[in-house]
Amino acid sequence: MSNYTDELVDFDEALDRYDPVLGFEVHVELNTKTKMFSDAPNAFGDAPNTNVTPVDLGLPGVLPVVNKTAVEYSILIGLALNCQIAEKCGFARKNYFYPDTPKNFQTSQYDDPIAHDGWLDIELEDGEVFRVEIERAHMEEDAGKLTHMGGAAGRIQGADYSLVDYNRAGVPLVEIVTKPIVGAGKRAPELARAYVAAIREIVKNLGVSDAKMERGNVRCDANVSLMPKDAEKFGTRTETKNVNSLRAVEHAVRFEIERHAAVLDSGNKIVQETRHWHEDTRSTTSGRPKSDADDYRYFPEPDLVPIVTTAEWVEELRSRLPEPPADRRKRLKAEWGYADKEFRDVVNAGVLDEIEATIAAGTSAAVARKWWMGEIARLAKAAEKEIADLGVTPQTIVELNSLIEAKKINDKIARQVLEFVLAGEGSPAEIVEKRSLAVVNDDDALGKAVDDAIAAMPDVVEKIKGGKMQAIGALMGPVMKATRGQADAGRVREIVMEKLGL
Amino acid sequence: MSAISREDLVHLAQLAHIEMSDAELDKMTGELDAIVGAIASVSEVASSDIPATSHPIPLTNVLREDVVGQTLSIDDVLLNAPDSDSDRFKVPAILDGE
Repeated sequence: MSNYTDELVDFDEALDRYDPVLGFEVHVELNTKTKMFSDAPNAFGDAPNTNVTPVDLGLPGVLPVVNKTAVEYSILIGLALNCQIAEKCGFARKNYFYPDTPKNFQTSQYDDPIAHDGWLDIELEDGEVFRVEIERAHMEEDAGKLTHMGGAAGRIQGADYSLVDYNRAGVPLVEIVTKPIVGAGKRAPELARAYVAAIREIVKNLGVSDAKMERGNVRCDANVSLMPKDAEKFGTRTETKNVNSLRAVEHAVRFEIERHAAVLDSGNKIVQETRHWHEDTRSTTSGRPKSDADDYRYFPEPDLVPIVTTAEWVEELRSRLPEPPADRRKRLKAEWGYADKEFRDVVNAGVLDEIEATIAAGTSAAVARKWWMGEIARLAKAAEKEIADLGVTPQTIVELNSLIEAKKINDKIARQVLEFVLAGEGSPAEIVEKRSLAVVNDDDALGKAVDDAIAAMPDVVEKIKGGKMQAIGALMGPVMKATRGQADAGRVREIVMEKLGL
Repeated sequence: MSAISREDLVHLAQLAHIEMSDAELDKMTGELDAIVGAIASVSEVASSDIPATSHPIPLTNVLREDVVGQTLSIDDVLLNAPDSDSDRFKVPAILDGE
């Protein structure tokens, strides 16, 4: 355990002298109903050790059986990543001793992953595209959850003992491994973030994972190495574990680039090791030296026979693929006619689905964006929620908009009505009715209010007649008061002009 | 030349968390070497057009539908646990033990 404070080199300076090479291993937890090799429930947040069968405990004499849905989900992921699907593949035991697996091995795939040799185009914010080559996507199982007790803040260092919950042991995982990514240069941290975001989006869109990083459904190990400009041989890499948010992925890659550059600048060598990411200090610390692959003594899993994928099966699965998220964005942007920044803001706010549904329900693209990025975004911010979690339905927006277009309410009142809808008072039309919020554009009622105002303010009337049209504003106050603020200001102005013969 | 050296065996014993005495290491080195040698004779009869195989029975795609079954009771789960706490297996400090 190294306790020294790492020297860092300024990011831009580091990139002047070195080219970064990245590589990612992203683990995706599938959302099948049962585990990979047992029929125990695959569920998050249940009481400890309640989703456990003898298979998950590795008890003697048990026989694992592969979950067909997990295999299909793995193939879907492979297809979405433009991979080749293996015609035949098998499982292997990866042997290691750690209490997170009671079997002392993880059932995984070794030299014959179910999917291999794919690619994914990653678009950064400004539109620059990097192609990331996918080496493989293989099936395996998750490990149990350790909780370290005693010592400081749940850390393994200094813990007195650990508690193990095997609910997660055996949950289906797909591990997606990239080939080395070269040429990202100073955009490496952004690309890292965008890549993991793209994987998360794809598996969510496929419906094969809940894809919640905060729950560990998508987890990233980030490999970083630096090589001097114009060098041909990759530098020594480190693998940073435990980077479990998009922001952390970006920060971890940036930190490792700055740290590697300082080590190399000082003439020292990078130690090939795992690094642990610490969100609180935004830094990494030394983990264990990376062991050689053959230390895991992989061997074919004798209890599981090979998986054979026929062309018919793969094509049937391919026909289930939804439109890729990146293609969908391109299509929607063109259909809606939003400017680049408008569209980017919509994507970042996570309301593509909501706007699409609102337009489908009958508003224009501009109106849908005005509501979701305006008042609804404001309310979400005030409630400290995601916009999509606020509970506003497309139908509410459609109704509010038609009330405005029918001049029953104005924008200001519409915003109040929305708050009443969220407070559970009913639909917009019901609320307008119940609370008597309809704009008064009944000409008799308005005419009477205008007459009263004219009679009460002769000096103002003189000014208007003398050509000072802005004086009309002074008549507006008493009219609004008389109609409890619900008069249509445009109509009031017209009536004043008529009455004064202008 | 031996296929299995004494150093190989020490390494394997460490990986497998098996404590072995010097006498055991000496004995097992020779025995394992003989076993590996015996298995190597397979390659004398297997020509290069025979694919490596890990399962002797030509069986594939033994798959299960994704349907939840019976789980163990918490008492049964923890029945063999040397120690437990709060319905979880209790294991000694991990880092100190290494």
